Amino acid sequence: MSEQHITLPEGSIERQTQTLNLGPTHPATHGVFQNILEIDGERIVSSESTVGYIHRAFEKIAERRPYYQITPLTDRLNYCSSPINNMGWHMTVEKLLGIQTPKRVDYLRIIIMELARITDHLICNGVVGVDSGAFTGFLYLMKYRELVYEIYEEICGSRLTTNIGRVGGFERNFTPAAFEKIERFLKEYPVALKEFETMMNRNRIFMERTQGVGPISAERAMNYGFTGPNLRAAGVDYDVRVAQPYCSYEDFEFTIPVGTTGDCYDRFLVRNAEMWESLSIIRQAMDKVKELPSDVYHADVPAYYLPEKSAVYTKMEALIYHFKIIMGESDILPGELYNPVEGANGELGFYLISDGGRSPYRLHFRRPCFIYYQAYGELIKGAMLSDAVICMSSLNLIAGELDA
Amino acid sequence: MSLTNDYIKQRLAEKFGESISQVEESFGTMSFTAPKDLNLKVMQFLYDEEELQFRFLTDLTAVHYPNRTGEELAVVYHLYNFKERVRLRMKVYTSIEDTRVFTATRLFESANWMERETYDFFGVNFVGHPNLKRILNVDEMTYFPMRKEFPLEDQTRTDKDDEMFGRGGHIGI
Amino acid sequence: MARPVQYNEKVKTVAVPEGYSGEGFFATTFDQVIGLARKNSIWPLPFATSCCGIEFMATMASTYDMSRFGSERMAFTPRQCDLLMVMGTISKKMAPVLRQVYLQMAEPRWVVAVGACASSGGVFDTYSVLQGIDQVIPVDVYVPGCPPRPEAIIDGFMRVQDLVGQESLRRRHSDKYKELLNSYGIQ
Repeated sequence: MSEQHITLPEGSIERQTQTLNLGPTHPATHGVFQNILEIDGERIVSSESTVGYIHRAFEKIAERRPYYQITPLTDRLNYCSSPINNMGWHMTVEKLLGIQTPKRVDYLRIIIMELARITDHLICNGVVGVDSGAFTGFLYLMKYRELVYEIYEEICGSRLTTNIGRVGGFERNFTPAAFEKIERFLKEYPVALKEFETMMNRNRIFMERTQGVGPISAERAMNYGFTGPNLRAAGVDYDVRVAQPYCSYEDFEFTIPVGTTGDCYDRFLVRNAEMWESLSIIRQAMDKVKELPSDVYHADVPAYYLPEKSAVYTKMEALIYHFKIIMGESDILPGELYNPVEGANGELGFYLISDGGRSPYRLHFRRPCFIYYQAYGELIKGAMLSDAVICMSSLNLIAGELDA
Repeated sequence: MSLTNDYIKQRLAEKFGESISQVEESFGTMSFTAPKDLNLKVMQFLYDEEELQFRFLTDLTAVHYPNRTGEELAVVYHLYNFKERVRLRMKVYTSIEDTRVFTATRLFESANWMERETYDFFGVNFVGHPNLKRILNVDEMTYFPMRKEFPLEDQTRTDKDDEMFGRGGHIGI
Repeated sequence: MARPVQYNEKVKTVAVPEGYSGEGFFATTFDQVIGLARKNSIWPLPFATSCCGIEFMATMASTYDMSRFGSERMAFTPRQCDLLMVMGTISKKMAPVLRQVYLQMAEPRWVVAVGACASSGGVFDTYSVLQGIDQVIPVDVYVPGCPPRPEAIIDGFMRVQDLVGQESLRRRHSDKYKELLNSYGIQ
């Protein structure tokens, strides 16, 4: 953003603004968002965003599905980090039912959630690199995302939309191969991340492209409902993992990285720093898991946790519970709660109202990027057209989550 | 944590007296109901007071209760205090015939799209909203799909057999 | 002195089409030669809206690398592309946009519906989701999965290659094809 603005004589034809339609299929939008920009040459005067291009009516579907069938829906909200959504939903139901999960389940969940956070951040930062002209970093990091997907495959059999875990824990125990793969990731990924940082962080071109682009003050960010890395880049140390600990996050040592200006560069650095913190959390969790008995992978709640298939065929109680859970007849308590988790791009909240029926009476997802995308118009006002693209990718907007 | 739910309750009672009703606590979060004319006043009070400082609107949505005559729609606000880490839930009930509720956009910029979404889904008419139109659905839509009486599936489609896909008949499958 | 030159001997070339060859010439049908050329230089247009798009990202990135199949050039303008890859849910709000993109593509053009949502609406049997993109544009290949694995996307792509390679040059002028387009309201 150069300080000089060429002033043209009043009434000359060049001063008239043009309208530019950015999206919904524009390649630079990474998803389906439409922005109608009013531009004066290269400079954006105003913009209007249209969303809803992949509105899929999650909340309406959730009112018609039994609780365990909602997990696959949460996958498809933020598909870059689906395990966080899955487990956020499981923890919400557990909170409603008053289920206490064993420590080992919590730690295993934390391992998976932090892996998901890393994959989400690496895509976001990789794409910021792509938009500033550095495709290499993206290709480098994508290789390591595949390693994480192999871990998911080992644990639940699926890659992207994981549907991982159950209410009460995991559907099966982690195999030794899964732990080996996590160890391998912990060994290899820091090397690549370090290389990525060396390439990007102090890169003159990258800094020129991102510093001072799309800044926001802490007050405005809070007023706009920012959460997650975007809010922390503006200088507010709000993290649900610390503010309202869930899933035994209080047992872990980690810092919350914060920025100062809230511009694209700070958001990039905060995400990078968070990846290091996540790696450290996974390391701690791996060490803690080793000290616990290795055969615990779910809470002892037969009424809500699907029994083993072999038990269903041989035991009466298991058969009854299996039938009740699958048919949606298990007793869900009535209640109303809001349960937030720290999603990869902000506070992911589940507002659940149960009337005791087989499906929720109302389930509302607080989707972080839906709320903070409102600020986009303010972030890019007065910026150059190419800055608008970089600003959008550094906000980490996930179309599926935004449009619900 | 110095800010307790009892204290918030007491402060609200001092200021608004009888109009704050249904104060209850579930899962650690205090919830109360405000009359719909007072929703802005209550939020402004919670925002301004030095000891309360609920300056973050976490979430805004609505719930439809078809059986409660006169208060079919509940607009639900989740407020948050960053310093004390306290969450608060405020509800405003409105009848389905007259769905006018004051907008919170003057206080929180984040309310803008959340209110548009609530309008889109439930038809809550936020008075004073700068740009109240549909956000997620197409503009041509004539109904508010999240209301309980409307079905989930598209009624105009013909390619899937209703019997095989569990459509029609009873809700819940 | 021998210089350390290495030749890559693992290069796989496409099979020579049937024809009549003699000294200095090779005669065959246009169908085969053009089919061969088209087949191995498809320019895909990724129309990625949601989850499948992320899986497509993996397909074109380092591990799976779709460029190996002659689709190196990912173009983001419908004007230059041959293959429209629709990945992800298409809502009713998006359907006119998708149709517009399809109309802007030049003939010959092919369409792949990647994933359950694009093929049939998937789990989203709702008021806002289009139940399969074949309601608005003709589709050549469907790839199942929610989302399909990268291998499945590559398989779908190779099926398109088969179609492209075998297509008769006259197909796009035939009455049957025109009838197909007319059934979608495309002139």
